[in-house]
Amino acid sequence: MSEPLTFWLTLFLLGSYHGINPGMGWLFAVARGMQEHRTRAVAWSLPPIALGHALSIGGLVLIASLAQVALPLLYIRIGVAVALVGLGVSKLIRSRHFRWGGMQVGFRELTIWSFLMASAHGAGLMVLPVVLAGAPPHHHHVATGAACGVWATLVHTLGYLTVTAVVALLVYRKFGLAMLRRSWFNLDLIWATALIVTGLVALLV
Amino acid sequence: MSIWRPDPTFYPSPKMAMQAPAEKLAFVAMLNGNGRHDALGVVDVDPESTGYGHIVGQVDMPNAGDELHHFGWNACSACLCPHAPHPHVERRYLVVPGIHSSRIHIIDTKPDPRNPKIVKVIEPETLAARAGYASPHTIHCGPDGILVSALGAPDGGGPGGIFVMDQESFDVLGKWELDRGPQHLAYDFWWHLGFDTVITSEWGTPNMVTKGVNPEILLSGGYGHRLHIWDLVKRRHQQELDLGSEYQMALELRPAHDPTRAYGFLGVVVSLKDLSASIWVWHRDDGKWAVKKVIDIPAEPADPASLPPLLQGFKAVPPLITDINLSLDDRFLYVSCFGTGEFLQFDVSDPFSPRKTGSVHLGGIVGKAAHPKQPKAQLNGGPQMVELSRDGRRVYFTNSLYSPWDAQFYPEGIRSWMVKLDAKPEGGMEIDPKFFVDFGELRGHQVRLEGGDASSDSYCYA
Repeated sequence: MSEPLTFWLTLFLLGSYHGINPGMGWLFAVARGMQEHRTRAVAWSLPPIALGHALSIGGLVLIASLAQVALPLLYIRIGVAVALVGLGVSKLIRSRHFRWGGMQVGFRELTIWSFLMASAHGAGLMVLPVVLAGAPPHHHHVATGAACGVWATLVHTLGYLTVTAVVALLVYRKFGLAMLRRSWFNLDLIWATALIVTGLVALLV
Repeated sequence: MSIWRPDPTFYPSPKMAMQAPAEKLAFVAMLNGNGRHDALGVVDVDPESTGYGHIVGQVDMPNAGDELHHFGWNACSACLCPHAPHPHVERRYLVVPGIHSSRIHIIDTKPDPRNPKIVKVIEPETLAARAGYASPHTIHCGPDGILVSALGAPDGGGPGGIFVMDQESFDVLGKWELDRGPQHLAYDFWWHLGFDTVITSEWGTPNMVTKGVNPEILLSGGYGHRLHIWDLVKRRHQQELDLGSEYQMALELRPAHDPTRAYGFLGVVVSLKDLSASIWVWHRDDGKWAVKKVIDIPAEPADPASLPPLLQGFKAVPPLITDINLSLDDRFLYVSCFGTGEFLQFDVSDPFSPRKTGSVHLGGIVGKAAHPKQPKAQLNGGPQMVELSRDGRRVYFTNSLYSPWDAQFYPEGIRSWMVKLDAKPEGGMEIDPKFFVDFGELRGHQVRLEGGDASSDSYCYA
């Protein structure tokens, strides 16, 4: 991950991957539009959904970036890897589904919902190995680490928001929800596997 | 168990669910009034099949005296809701409670739906310890679990309420209410998912109903006559809608299926003033909820000699609306009159001015109307638990209400049957002359259709 372009692109694509999951936001935006019978309700749902996702990712990334000041990178990588594998295995064993709130949501509720949804799925944890791998080596500077973390979060969220917005608007305006019945693959199963693989890679590489 | 794609019987909207393939099997609760074991029956409803109109499978309950009543699925289209999405569970298990035993049976309909198997039984002690309730009644699969209403407390008194069950382990998770306000009696419940609102209705506590309808309680207006409005997320009581104690037994609730419509229909069994039955509409009015009577069905004068002792003094047969059902397009409302033996269809496109579009007579306290398959045989019991196919074209109903109450209205003993009507797309309905199920010594109660029906699923998308 020495190429900066590859680093940012990976973050963007990971964001897109999070965005395409119907459970992570676009479907809620579509539902809001249908409930209020207007496209504007879809559009207004996007900022809080993106904000909640960014807060979840950013929180973890910042903690990890700051931790690098105090701890050797290897320790953090091992910690992240163990957390990833643990979360993945627990998701495979017992698929407890996420639940919070209802259908009547304002900006605040939608932000909290998106934050909790991303956190419950370990979205931030999945981004961490990329951020750690791409971090400039031996930077013991708090400011540099924090800035890198903020940029990583922004690029990731941009990828997430782009896909969320495009899919939500296309589904609401053009395709409708019938496709949901056939093409809503069990991303949670793939996701759990992805968490474990990411964890193992982070541990071994 | 997780599956790779959403369960094929889940539909995002009621409109899409109307395109679902026709059901081939129906599951029916079958009571045994003789102290023997109740059963869940499987009825062949595929017109192409040689078994059409026959019971092709049966699973007996492990104990006697359950009094199976209403039942429902572990999962349904509500699993697609955006705030708690988990579409990769299966609609597979029927949750079948007994209102006398307070026992809950979990019945697996796969791999062979004609040969369902009991996989778990929750004993009344567990329900009492975990939720403090007894006499479980209505089952609805929600966006984040199974909700079940209960008529009362383990001692047979109140309050009744709602408890929550896990969709996969079927553990009883506890009481649903955080603040029940003035609510005491319970019966049916359903919700408007788009408005995070729950509606509950009232019958009586177990002590008030298990020994039959109590004339003293009835004539003093003591059975339920209120609706309660709740916040689905905060689990708090918000508003009480009182019909007035003249209206006794505010039972079945059918909210509009379209989640953007904030209205629904309530069936009231009897008015103390003139024995009429009525249909009411609850609706949202300026941020508050209100309720309004929209259909009145009068009692029919009758010779006292043809009436059971309970009714002889009134010289009339009450319609007794005991069940209703609403088509998935929110257009047709079906109404069972258990007393007069009439089954009605109304066009409720405008919920505040229903238009009668169909009527059929089968059974009835006085009428005893026959079925075309056996035109000479007088039927007793009356149209009762009604279920409707997702496309709105086929209507099924059975004729037993509840053992202790059956005996008061039909003292000669109910001979139980299930019939099917064909509904026309623009209104009107006809009895299918080929479909008549005779339950023999058992009594048919609630019907659930394979894959879902018009009262099994709720939707988060319009």
